Parts: sequence; C-alpha cells; structure tokens
Amino acid sequence: MKKKIQNIIKNFGLPRIIIFLFLVLLFILTPFVGIRFDTSINDVIVRFGMNGILVLSLVPMIKSGCGLNFGLQLGIIAGLLGAVISIEMETIGFAGFFTAVGIAIFFAVVFGFLYGLLLNKVKGDEMVVATYVGFSSVSFMCIMWLMLPFKSPNMIWAYGGSGLRTTISNQGYWFHILTNFLQIKIGSYITFPTGTILFFVLLTFLVWAFFRTKMGTAMTAVGSNPEYAKSCGINVDKMRVISVILSTVITAIGIIVYQESFGFIQLYMAPLYMAFPAIAALLLGGASVGKASIKNVIIGAFLFQGILTMTPSVINNIIRSDMSESIRIVVSNGMIVYALTRIMRVR
Amino acid sequence: MMKKQSLTKTMNPGVHFLINYAVPIIFIILVAFAIPLSGLSGEYFIREIMIRLSRNSFLILALLIPVMAGMGMNFGIVLGAMAGEIGLIFITDWRIIGLPGMLLAMLISTPIAVLLGYFAGIVLNRAKGREMVTGFMLAFFMNGIYQLVVLYGMGNIIPISNSSILLPRGYGIRNAISLLEIRQVLDKLIPLEIGGILIPVANLLVIATLCVFIIWFRKTKLGQEIRTVGQDNDVARVSGINVGKTRILSIVISTVLACYGQIIFLQNIGTMNTYNSHEQVGVFAIAALLVGGASVAKANIPNVFIGVILFHTMFVVSPRAGKELIGQAQLGEYFRVFVSYGVIAFSLALYAWRKRIEKENERKKAMASKRGILVKQQYDRRK
Repeated sequence: MKKKIQNIIKNFGLPRIIIFLFLVLLFILTPFVGIRFDTSINDVIVRFGMNGILVLSLVPMIKSGCGLNFGLQLGIIAGLLGAVISIEMETIGFAGFFTAVGIAIFFAVVFGFLYGLLLNKVKGDEMVVATYVGFSSVSFMCIMWLMLPFKSPNMIWAYGGSGLRTTISNQGYWFHILTNFLQIKIGSYITFPTGTILFFVLLTFLVWAFFRTKMGTAMTAVGSNPEYAKSCGINVDKMRVISVILSTVITAIGIIVYQESFGFIQLYMAPLYMAFPAIAALLLGGASVGKASIKNVIIGAFLFQGILTMTPSVINNIIRSDMSESIRIVVSNGMIVYALTRIMRVR
Repeated sequence: MMKKQSLTKTMNPGVHFLINYAVPIIFIILVAFAIPLSGLSGEYFIREIMIRLSRNSFLILALLIPVMAGMGMNFGIVLGAMAGEIGLIFITDWRIIGLPGMLLAMLISTPIAVLLGYFAGIVLNRAKGREMVTGFMLAFFMNGIYQLVVLYGMGNIIPISNSSILLPRGYGIRNAISLLEIRQVLDKLIPLEIGGILIPVANLLVIATLCVFIIWFRKTKLGQEIRTVGQDNDVARVSGINVGKTRILSIVISTVLACYGQIIFLQNIGTMNTYNSHEQVGVFAIAALLVGGASVAKANIPNVFIGVILFHTMFVVSPRAGKELIGQAQLGEYFRVFVSYGVIAFSLALYAWRKRIEKENERKKAMASKRGILVKQQYDRRK
C-alpha cells in the first residue's frame, strides 16, 4: 500500500499533488468566503479555453528536443499581426476570425522557419537564446507598431493620428465569435464557451494525430535520440525546423483565440512575459524539459488557470490583502526553476 | 561543403576578429551615426558618461567571476541587487544618514546577499549547462519572494517604525523611497570639478579598488581553482578541486558584489523604486558587458569599461536621435530596449553557434587522427 502511494507520488510528482490539493481546498473554501462555487468553475473553464492553445503550442518543440519554447513571443507577434491586419481589412464575424488566423499562420510559418534555423545553429543553448530572441523581437515590434502604416480609426491613437494603440478592442469584429458559438447556459451563472473549447479540442486532436503520423514519429525520435534518428535516415535539422514552425503556428492561433475571448488585442510590451505562464502551466501538468504530452497540456492548463482564478478571489477574501499576484509569480516561476534543475529523464 | 568553406574562412585572422568583436563593431558604427543626429553638446555628453561610468561599472564588474568559473553571464545578480535594496530600506527606516548610512546598508545586506548567493549557487549546480536560463528564471522567482517579504512582510512581521516609507494601509513598503539622505554621498566625498564636470573621485577609487581586487583574486589559489573549473570540470575534479563548492563560491562573490553595486547605483540616483529598481539590473549589466566585447566564456576588465561607455552612449543618445530622426522620442525609448535585448540575443546566439562549430571541428579532427592511425597500422601490416 505504502509502495503504491509512493509510486503514485513519483508518477504524478509531488509539486503537482500539492498544487492539486491546494486547488481542491480553494474550491471547498469558496462558499465560506462568500464566492459562488459555480461562477468560480465557470471562470476556470473560460480561462482554460483562453489559454489552453498557448500551452499546447509548446508541445511540438519539446518533442523534437528543442526544449521549452521561451521564444513563444514570436508566435504571439504573428498572431497580433494577423489580428491587427484583419481589423484593418474590416472583416467581421467568422470571416474576420479566420482571416486573422490565416494571416497569422502565414507570418508564423515565416517567423518559425527563421527561428528554427537559428535554433539549429545554437543546439544545446536553445532556451537562453530563445528567451532573448523573444524579448528582442517584442521590443522590435514596439517600434513597428508605431511605424507601420495602419489607418483604421479603431486602432490608431486618436490625437497623434499615427501608430497603433496599446490595447485595441476587437468588439464589433470577432469578439466572442467562438465563445458564443453553440454556447450552453447552465443556470444563470455558468455559460459554457462551447466554441472555444471545441476549437481547443480540435487543435489538440490535430496535434495528437500528427504525432501518430510518420513525420510525427520521426520528430519524437529526433527529440529522444538524435544520433539514433540520424542513423535511421531522418533529417534531424529539418525535423527540428518543422517542429518550431508548428509550435509558432499554434501559438499564433492560440493568441487570437485568447484575444477573441478577452476582447482586446494587447500590443507593445504586453507579450513580453507571455511565455512564462504557458511554460509554467505545461510543467505543472507534468511535462519536463525533454518530455511533454497532450495529457500534460490539459492537466497543466486546468491546474494553472484554476490556481490563477481561485487564489485572488479566495485568498484575498481570507486575509484581506492582494497577495495573490506575488504568489502567482512565485508559483509559476518556481515551477520553471524546479523543472530546469531536474535531471532530464528522456533525451 | 558550404559549411566547410565557412569554417576555413573563420581561420582567417581578420574575419576571426570581425566575428569575435561583431557586437562592439556594430555598436561603434551605431553610436557614430547617432551622436551627430542627437545634436547633444560635448560637455553634456561627457558629464552623462562620467555619471554612468561611476554608477554602473561596479555592477558590471560583479559579472566577471562567474564567467571565469564557466557559468556564463550571471543573470542572478538581480538577487544581489534585492539584498542591497533591503539594506537601504532598513537604513531609511532607522534614519541613518550620510556615508555611515550607506556603509551600514552594505553591512546589513551582506549576509542576505551571501545567503541568496549560496542558494543561487546550489540551484545553478543542479542545472549544469543551463545556468543562464536558470539564473534568469531564478531572478523572476526571487522577485516574487522579494515582493512577499517587502510588500506584505515589512511592517507586519518585520518591524518598520518609520511610517513615511510604509503604504497607507500600515504595512508594506511604498513604491518609491527617497534616498535623499545618502544621495551621492560617495560621489561627492572627495569633491573635484574639472571644467564644470563633477568627477566622483571616491566612487572611481572604489571601482579601481575592485578592479585591483579582481586582478589579485585571479592569482590567488581560489582564483586559480575557479579558472580551472571554468576551463574543464573534469580536469578540475581530477586535480582535487571541489567543483560544486567552487562554483557556489563564485556565485556568492558575484552576488555580494552586485549587492554593493546596487547600493552605489542607487546612492547616485537618489530614489529607489522598491519593486522595479532591481528588475532590469541583470539585463543592462549583461548587455553592457557584451557590448564591451566580452563573450559568455571570456570577460575581462577592459570589456567592462568599453561596454559601459559604448552602451550608455547609446542610452543617452537614442531618445534624442529618435526624436530628431522620426519626431518621436518614444521610438528611441523602444529602440534602446530593443538594442539591450538584441545585443544579448545576438551575442548568446553567436557564442552558442561558435561553440557548436568548434565541437564539430574537434570531433572531425579526432575522427581524422583515428583514421590516420588506422591507415598507418594497415601500412605497417602490409610492410
């Protein structure tokens, strides 16, 4: 019995169990601090739909051995470009959403290809290089948002007449286009965002299916043993580039879904630290630097968003302070440090 | 085949120099264009550079020892900066002013910095080969802990008597603390003015002392050991050096120096953003050092000073140049953030790329010599 429990702990990981129990505790506490249980559940589901795809986007790169994608911001920039251009083109509704996605995919393929080539040049140091590639591209795009010739009055600064605003509303274009699709209302407090969740499930399924194709298997082989993959006649560098493109494309789609649900497109320095919560969520789900699965994505996104939604409301109500933001920083970054210091099992 | 050609090209000393010093060269060109564009006067310019030289050099010098130990750029100097800030909060609370206040702040924060450095060292030892990204994430993590301590612990668990530095709610430190009482005490300790430009003699003396210390330290037994560890972990282990301990020690020294560096930095500025002052310390110090021609594996004292001058020239000039060129100062702001991050990305990528090529070369050489032995054996046998 004792051994069985030890085994479960080992398989599931101690930090994960602690966080899971903590989350359960938070849910139990909700009625006592005057928060509705069903609203909390609803918030967690909505945020899960918003962020799930961003977490999913990390998987291909981990599988091909490129490590955690600290350069996630490149994909986000592609997504932002898609979103902004779709609004400039005045496309509305589903057409607008898919225009944004289409344009974003185009940019993501270009960025991902170049990013992949770079990561092949710096094998072994991918993560630290990626971090700063991400940061520098975000700050480069700050210059671009100011300079690019966008004209739509809904997006540019009202007084100056040039340069995009820091936050742009997508209301009237494709706001809640997925969220409202086949929406289910349960009682007056839960509105299930069917469209967003379905979209997430669809992408997850595609990624899952991809890793069962010949190319997907080859990619996994590259990640787990590059030398072996090479001797099997797999082009290692090419596989890595494809995985990076895939990751970047999914990120680009993910950020558009995020904006669709959130209602705003955040430009300038907003994407700077967006890689960390996604990475922390995946690690929380049980992934490591060298290993990740769809299961990790779903568990991780749920746990992480659960903690994120529940701590502010519950903790702040109990101790009457706003400590949750600091706790969030400690938990999410601590999770990443913990993962980086563990000896990699697979690779 | 293409790759082989580019490899032989790097052997050419001219090209080798260009690749080694790509970052400083690009920077010199950039600055050479931006200075005339900005239209700043020479006097203003020299004054600014003098201020920034005295303000930032100490922090950047703190980076040198971990590079010696082969741990790359120590993004964890942010931890030292936090320790320094905690010292400054206490002396402001106790209203100890002037130079004694500053020295006391250093004294208080030393044990904190040692502790944090020790912790960072242990963490980095568990992440060998990934020190930089781990150090970077560790800085973010500790920032959360710092917030918990300073924003929620101080005035609550840790007694703070001076209510003027507390938030109105009664606990937690305010966002900005005025360090007016210790403002520029070190800079103006030995007053000297040349042509209207204040020369912070005492400050420069402290920096010079640190340089001498580093040069001396390299030659001590410990310094030698750190360098051996930096060159080859296995060789160090065979020669009886405790690699793990030596690496921890180098991080502790770096953290403590960074703590002093941050105190010197803030006494020059005169105000402290309790929750932001330390955030960018690592990025700016590392970018400056890399601009000075250092790499992840090699950094020396001249790199520090060349780096400070070049990097901060760009800092002074770029908002003005942006305004003159496009009419938006904001553009220059973004530009310098971009350059700071870009420099680090570029240098790290260049270094990692070269490391890989060298490794491949070595492997090829080993293969070739092996083949040579085989051929010779066959030849001998045939004879």
